[in-house]
Amino acid sequence: MATASKNKTNDAAVSSAAPASSGSIATFNKDQEVSAYRDMLLIRRFEEKAGQMYGMGLIGGFCHLYIGQEAVVVGMQMALKEGDQIITGYRDHGHMIACGMDPKGVMAELTGRRGGYSHGKGGSMHMFSVEKHFYGGHGIVAAQVPLGTGLAFANRYRGNDNVSVTYFGDGAANQGQVYESFNMAELWKLPAIYVIENNRYAMGTAVNRASAQTDFSKRGVSFNIPGDQVDGMDVRAVKAAGEKAVAWCRAGKGPYILEMMTYRYRGHSMSDPAKYRTREEVEKVRTGHDPIEQVRARILSSKMLTEDEIKKIDAEIRDRVNEASEFATNDPEPDPSELYTDVYRETV
Amino acid sequence: MPDVLMPALSPTMEKGNLAKWLKKEGDTVKSGDVIAEIETDKATMEVEAVDEGTLGKILVPEGTADVAVNTPIATIIAEGESASAAPKAEAKSAAPATPTAPAEAKVADTKSAEAKPAAPAQPVVAADPDVPEGTAMVTMTMREALRDAMAEEMRRDDTVFVMGEEVAEYQGAYKVTQGLLQEFGARRVIDTPITEHGFAGLGVGAALAGLKPVVEFMTFNFAMQAIDQIINSAAKTLYMSGGQMGCSIVFRGPNGAAARVAAQHSQDYSAWYSHIPGLKVVAPSNAADAKGLLKAAIRDPNPVIFLENEILYGQSAPVPQLADYVLPIGKARIVRPGKDVTIVSWTIGMNYALKAAEELAKDGIDAEVIDLRTLRPLDTPTIIESVKKTGRAVTVEEGWQQSGVGAEIAARIMEQAFDYLDAPVARVSGKDVPMPYAANLEKLALPSVADVVNAAKAVCYR
Ligand SMILES: Cc1ncc(C[n+]2csc(CCOP(=O)(O)OP(=O)(O)O)c2C)c(N)n1
Ligand SMILES: [Mg+2]
Repeated sequence: MATASKNKTNDAAVSSAAPASSGSIATFNKDQEVSAYRDMLLIRRFEEKAGQMYGMGLIGGFCHLYIGQEAVVVGMQMALKEGDQIITGYRDHGHMIACGMDPKGVMAELTGRRGGYSHGKGGSMHMFSVEKHFYGGHGIVAAQVPLGTGLAFANRYRGNDNVSVTYFGDGAANQGQVYESFNMAELWKLPAIYVIENNRYAMGTAVNRASAQTDFSKRGVSFNIPGDQVDGMDVRAVKAAGEKAVAWCRAGKGPYILEMMTYRYRGHSMSDPAKYRTREEVEKVRTGHDPIEQVRARILSSKMLTEDEIKKIDAEIRDRVNEASEFATNDPEPDPSELYTDVYRETV
Repeated sequence: MPDVLMPALSPTMEKGNLAKWLKKEGDTVKSGDVIAEIETDKATMEVEAVDEGTLGKILVPEGTADVAVNTPIATIIAEGESASAAPKAEAKSAAPATPTAPAEAKVADTKSAEAKPAAPAQPVVAADPDVPEGTAMVTMTMREALRDAMAEEMRRDDTVFVMGEEVAEYQGAYKVTQGLLQEFGARRVIDTPITEHGFAGLGVGAALAGLKPVVEFMTFNFAMQAIDQIINSAAKTLYMSGGQMGCSIVFRGPNGAAARVAAQHSQDYSAWYSHIPGLKVVAPSNAADAKGLLKAAIRDPNPVIFLENEILYGQSAPVPQLADYVLPIGKARIVRPGKDVTIVSWTIGMNYALKAAEELAKDGIDAEVIDLRTLRPLDTPTIIESVKKTGRAVTVEEGWQQSGVGAEIAARIMEQAFDYLDAPVARVSGKDVPMPYAANLEKLALPSVADVVNAAKAVCYR
């Protein structure tokens, strides 16, 4: 049992965003730092653009931004290999981009156009990529947890050494199906990594108002599933924790829980009364623990790149995001005949 | 002298083979001794002796196929009894439940059980209470009307409490519970974790214990997590307890399509809940009905599913300013009288129905529009009376057609007003696909005013 995590106080962000991480911190070489920087920045800029486009009426419905949490998916992705599967909830844009899905296709799905990953039928919360082993994109809180457990089951069944990574929130962690999944995963020693993204809030509810045990790394204790609490704002800590969990799963020892201490800067979705936390709380994390700023500062202070080289990366990423938004704005809506397609597969 | 009867291996077994006798006539048997083996195509089973004594006569030899369940297969002679004092009649009187000729008796039994009770007649539901002349009307949104209904009932009855995700501090995800925490405090306005199945079940438990919970689902899409507790626990307990223990509980929240939130968040559950005996299902279309019916739902001693609609929350309508405005559950309302065609709808479908009626009027078609307001119990008489007058009917719903509420209405019209129909009943509904996200496809998937107009014209052969 590796539930080495420390009990933390509940007064939110300050302690949450920079927990005394139980895990180690991977040392990154220049390539790793720069690639982590790029990947996180792409997600950040993509999300900012999505927020703008929502404001312009180009995106409808719900749109849950991932700003602030980028280190979680980017760090985890660095610990995975080809064929490992990813599944998450509705706050999924970052996960898709980290999986290598094309920002154009993601943005075009947000605008409901035919070039979107689901041809405009799924929208922000429901996107999938067989090629990138991304299994969605799910709108029902915690429904992805049994599904991710099933992905792990398929790996065990086939006898390959892939793992599945199932992401869900601190709020989702209270759903019953999570614990039904934990039991089966440990019982059958499934290679399932459960990444609980503890961003301190489920909509307007702070974790301590909804959870009897707020240390989510301990939520597997009664099933004998090990868990670690990880500084989810430090991409190096995430990668190190991810590698430990991946090694455990690939060795056939069963599931592993990682609680990522992170923070969402924006509202839950686009309309959010923002009355449940103070502006100072958000500001404190942004200025003190921003996942992207941390890497940027390290790159500069260790002179891995010059200020100019960093600016060049920033510009490239802006271009990529603009390209995606242009595509998503100009791509036509799906053909009306698409209304009746994809309800069933043809039987052969 | 008891008989040994051919046992059943399962509740559905009617006959089996007597495979083997393990005891001979004259052997002593103790209770629990295996005396024979029987088999069916599915299983084999050992027959144990229940009585003690000597195996008297073997009535069915081993190897006999298709022995009917309950056929005597042997007799057991109790100590002190003689084999000759054997007659079956005695055995029968000793075991009165065992019929003489089991097979026949069984048939007779089923026949007598077939004396079918009559289904209860359509309940007579009182009309809406009169609103006294001069009553002030206050224009308010449906959101405010719902909030007022809850607040009034909470003031009136301390056992009423509100529970759900974000209902308290956040004031409701759609602001329907605005101000309730401030007035009633955290004991009665309770924020839950995101655990629908858990808190729905907890609510039912509290209701079984005599409280009156109002359980809010952030949307009815999430009530699918909880539907087992709603149906298996809330709807059926009164019946299963022989009327001892029921639950007075309201499950409420927005139902149906909102806008651009795609398949998992855009579904109409009208047909789902209206299928279930033991539930009442209410679906108001305007603020006044919402208030009067929610108050009735909270007072009702049964579980009530109260289907709201996100798009209607912001729509305003006049509500009578009365101290206690309660409307009857189970009563439809004729919103617009007409003579040419009956349009039946409820909740947001009324928006399409009423606009369509205006369009139709321009073409000289005088539509009668019925707002069902309650889906279970369904106010069939109001529909039937209208169809007898118009001879034509169109149903309008956002849900899917198969096994939908429109299908049920069409069937009832067919059963009760067939001779009055001048055209088959037409159904306008959501298209038979999950809700798409893209704006253009979403519009196509939903019913429209034009769909209703066309359907009404079609049944009028115009
Ligand atoms: C079963 C279900 N219940 C409620 C909702 C509405 N809802 C959407 S997101 C959310 C909060 C989830 O919070 P958390 O799991 O912490 O994830 P986060 O949004 O913080 O990423 C709620 C209540 C839903 N989509 N599904
Ligand atoms: Mg959260």
